[in-house]
Amino acid sequence: MMNEGLHMNQALPLFVAIPLGAAFLIPILVRVWRRLPDIVGNLSTLSLLVMSLTLVGKGPSTYYMGGWRPPLGINLVADGLSVLLLVVVSLVAFCATLFSIPYMERYTSKSRYYSLFMLMVAGMNGVVLTGDMFNLYVFLEIASIASYALVAFGTEAEELEASFKYMIMGCVASTFVLFGVGVLYGKTGTLNMAHLAKIIDENGMSPAIWFAAALFLMGFGLKAAMVPFHAWLPDAHPSAPAPISAMLSGVLIKSLGIYSLARVSYIVFGMSKPISTIFMVLGGLSMIVGVLLAVGQWDMKRLFAYHSISQMGYVMLGLGLGTPLGILGGVFHLLNHSAFKSCLFLCSGAIEHEVGTRELKKMGGLWRRMPVTSTSCVISSLSISGVPPFNGFWSKLIIIVAAIQARHYVAATIAVVVAFLTLTSFTKVMRYAIFGSPAAESQKVKEAPALMGVALILLALCCTSFGLLYPVLKPLLLGPATDVLLRAGDYISLVLGG
Amino acid sequence: MKGMSLIVRTIARVVTTFIILYSAYIVVYGHITPGGGFPGGVILALGIMLLMLAFGKDLPLRKLPEGRASVLDCLGALGFWAIALLGFTAGYFFLNFLGKGEPFRLVSAGTMPLSNIFIGIKVGVSLFAVLTALSVYRRFYPPGEEPPEED
Repeated sequence: MMNEGLHMNQALPLFVAIPLGAAFLIPILVRVWRRLPDIVGNLSTLSLLVMSLTLVGKGPSTYYMGGWRPPLGINLVADGLSVLLLVVVSLVAFCATLFSIPYMERYTSKSRYYSLFMLMVAGMNGVVLTGDMFNLYVFLEIASIASYALVAFGTEAEELEASFKYMIMGCVASTFVLFGVGVLYGKTGTLNMAHLAKIIDENGMSPAIWFAAALFLMGFGLKAAMVPFHAWLPDAHPSAPAPISAMLSGVLIKSLGIYSLARVSYIVFGMSKPISTIFMVLGGLSMIVGVLLAVGQWDMKRLFAYHSISQMGYVMLGLGLGTPLGILGGVFHLLNHSAFKSCLFLCSGAIEHEVGTRELKKMGGLWRRMPVTSTSCVISSLSISGVPPFNGFWSKLIIIVAAIQARHYVAATIAVVVAFLTLTSFTKVMRYAIFGSPAAESQKVKEAPALMGVALILLALCCTSFGLLYPVLKPLLLGPATDVLLRAGDYISLVLGG
Repeated sequence: MKGMSLIVRTIARVVTTFIILYSAYIVVYGHITPGGGFPGGVILALGIMLLMLAFGKDLPLRKLPEGRASVLDCLGALGFWAIALLGFTAGYFFLNFLGKGEPFRLVSAGTMPLSNIFIGIKVGVSLFAVLTALSVYRRFYPPGEEPPEED
């Protein structure tokens, strides 16, 4: 059997192999030279970024692990959606490792940090690339377990508590996912996503398959911190070191949560009315609850964390609409959110590094003392609030227009109101942290170290350019990603051939 | 804690040898009998745990200090990773590129026994590290509520 138009890409396994190898090399190399973890960590994320960029615009490709063809073997598939996620993961991971070089100096064991970081990246890349349900679960666990340890990295009481809470809820979610995989396997006798999709397409959704869908919705929904399952996020994300917060909010909840949910419900089950309604309800709920909880926060990172819930709601809403424009808005907002949210978290890290606090009331007047950090913080704040011409505005606009076109006026209204509330809450951040009169703590602060600044500038540039580069991004990244979800049937013929 | 009574120590010393031998058997014969790298590694770690219970936590840590355990742990994982990567030489990641040999012989199944050995090292040493961590770090107490020091 030949796969028309689907070429083998020998580089695909390297997306998992490079970070995995780096993860185990780093603890050994640190014995040779103290600086080697920094170098190896940054080189691996840089190589991943370059490799992911080479996949852009190439069309879908695949890889058979060990030469075993699906449905028997495990295959990796890099279609439009996977490539988009790969680029996002690699971009944020590169900026986070760059930021880590000066930032992680104050923690004791940098090599362990990089080791866990690389394991998390390997897990996320694996989740994004795999075409096999059980393999997805395995990579999901690799990324999750690494993230539990990273949340607790500071080993203070608060961090351990947050990590424990995150771990318990994350384990419950993983178990649900595993259970769902088991139900699917028992019912269909296969684990390959394309083969599963084919069987479900031919036989229709039986009650057992619906049950599996519900299990996945709960499991991946918890990883994505959708509102009834969001309780772990506001504790876990602020407790982690800043680059990890950026990774967790910027990409982990997307690749383990939103991506997996979209992949499973669109490709494997086939999008149907009940699932899309649930997507929209969860999305709407997350948007409102997340932003309402965020407005009252005075802890900078906690405020950002609540906004992650609310912004993920936008993505879910867009995906739930199911129209071409809605999905496009959803994936575009996913890309944008990863840029501005990781930038915001890195800014909070830079401020915490210099001022020594996360309390908004203890900051103030930072724009005089920390111009680079303040500028990137303002840019990313304006982006997340949806102020034109920054990237957040365009994706929110697309989602709102798509909701109106699909006659979901309530959803559109919610999206508009939440955008205003987001602006309100980020006005607070700018008023207290960046502008305003300096508090006692921020009288004598200096600008953050140069490498932190470089990471911030990179992400701030992404925030400003993604919106304006939309005509370039659409055919290269966003269009292919949208097509994957819109034409789910293509995936089956692409992977299984004919 | 300085370990248990003389009877327990003597028995543990004798039995541990067999447990470790058994774990080696499970690992090496992993590709032809039930077992493999993971169960073998777990048995290895449990053998060390018995030593730890009988002689106190210092003895295993003297034999295998934390730093060396960490290196061994990484080497186990790297070995497995290298075998997967070497598959590229014959065309595919994770391809079983060695000769398969005659079924049910000890030297057969290509890369499988090698992978099993590396997994055995990785799992055994990792669980050893987990066990020592559990015995070295005590319960976490919030500041101000530390219990009195015990001997």
